[in-house]
Amino acid sequence: MDIIEIKNLNLFYTNFHAIKDVNMKIKANKITALIGPSGCGKSTLLRTLNRINDTIEGVRIEGDVIVNGKNIYDPDADVDRIRRNVGMVFQRPNPFPLSIYNNVAFGLQINRLVSRKDETDFIVKESLEDVQLWDDLKDKLKMSGLELSLEQQQRLCIARLIAVKPEIILLDEPCSSLDPMATAHIEELMQELKSKYTIVIVTHNMQQAARISDETGYMLLGKLIEFDATGKIFTNPSKQETDDYVSGRFG
Amino acid sequence: MRHFDLEMNDLKKKLVDMASLVQEMIKISVDEIVKRDESLSKEVFIREREANLTEIIVDDTCLKLIALNQPVGADLRFITSAMKINSDLERMGDEAVNICEIGLNLLKYPELKPLIDIPKMASAVTIMVKDSIESFNLSDAELANTVLTKDDEVDELKRIVFKDLLQFMTNTSDQTTLSRAVDLMLIAKSLERLGDHATNIAEDVIFMVHGKDIRHIKSI
Repeated sequence: MDIIEIKNLNLFYTNFHAIKDVNMKIKANKITALIGPSGCGKSTLLRTLNRINDTIEGVRIEGDVIVNGKNIYDPDADVDRIRRNVGMVFQRPNPFPLSIYNNVAFGLQINRLVSRKDETDFIVKESLEDVQLWDDLKDKLKMSGLELSLEQQQRLCIARLIAVKPEIILLDEPCSSLDPMATAHIEELMQELKSKYTIVIVTHNMQQAARISDETGYMLLGKLIEFDATGKIFTNPSKQETDDYVSGRFG
Repeated sequence: MRHFDLEMNDLKKKLVDMASLVQEMIKISVDEIVKRDESLSKEVFIREREANLTEIIVDDTCLKLIALNQPVGADLRFITSAMKINSDLERMGDEAVNICEIGLNLLKYPELKPLIDIPKMASAVTIMVKDSIESFNLSDAELANTVLTKDDEVDELKRIVFKDLLQFMTNTSDQTTLSRAVDLMLIAKSLERLGDHATNIAEDVIFMVHGKDIRHIKSI
């Protein structure tokens, strides 16, 4: 089932045409990877999926991004609700300078999603369990999130995000500041999470895209050159440009 | 040129060299029987050792290319095809050795009958082997396709050879005649197997070029 449908999407940074006529359908409970050389528009495309680009001055967007049948660019769309439903994890872990507990509970409290302490406790526990931090941190919930290792911080950021029950998780180079072992752990976590969430990941690491994703899109100069099953993209892509990129001859 | 591309070219050269070696083995083994010259067998046995060694070197090269470069797309298809072609070539060398060894036995006795269809088979198989390797070297899927068609011709010749030899066998109780007929059948079988290996190579080339697996299309 398609959870996101991008139709004729164009994005301009003032006069710069950063996304050009992108059309793609993203399947629910799958991992979709976006790859391409620096500046190709993959992060920009990812950011259109929860309207984070709206915060940048001079951005103009044309086309539709339909999530669960509703165009998130409709004038009456509730941006806060969209961003709760489509959460984002960034390159460097960015926990708040708060306790582990309060990091995870932050979205619940600010959005007034729960009123009772025991409900918050339950969701904090459930979220930390989902990112496999609960067993290690259940006795240290008052410790600052900033005291954790980078990998744990990134897991904490994912827990903070899933506490508000999104359907879609966007990850923008989530492992670029992690060592290989921590990267492997986060990749494993993504595989665990996809049964509950739809994941879209931007990565520079092609082997990572090959390892973890179900479908891969290759972008170049703002265009989506090819979008297909990951197995096909990495064994027999339809476009020569894709083959040149994935085989390291270009980019 | 990138270091990886140089290594890929080197792999291709190793396989093409091995194919030349195997082609020589096939030619010499058939000459041994047609020209009734048992001294030629030595030449085949010497080359077999070289072919076996090359098989190991090519496999090792492929494994290192995969492990160290994580190839994808056309590069991955090239390397996996190279590994399969390598194995087919080595087995073709083994078939040439089989022909040679049976030939040594056959040459102990006078000719059973003038050889007509076996040299025809050998000539068709030689073309198949040459074209399959050429198609690999040039990444030429069209040429590879011609090899597939030629295999039917070889199979038909084998059928004729078997039919003729069975006739000989039913009309005699002489042990040496029977033994020579069986030997000729085994040689025809080996030639047919050579054609099958050339067909495998051609199928690998088509996969390598187009990413399309055409094996067993009729049976699945």
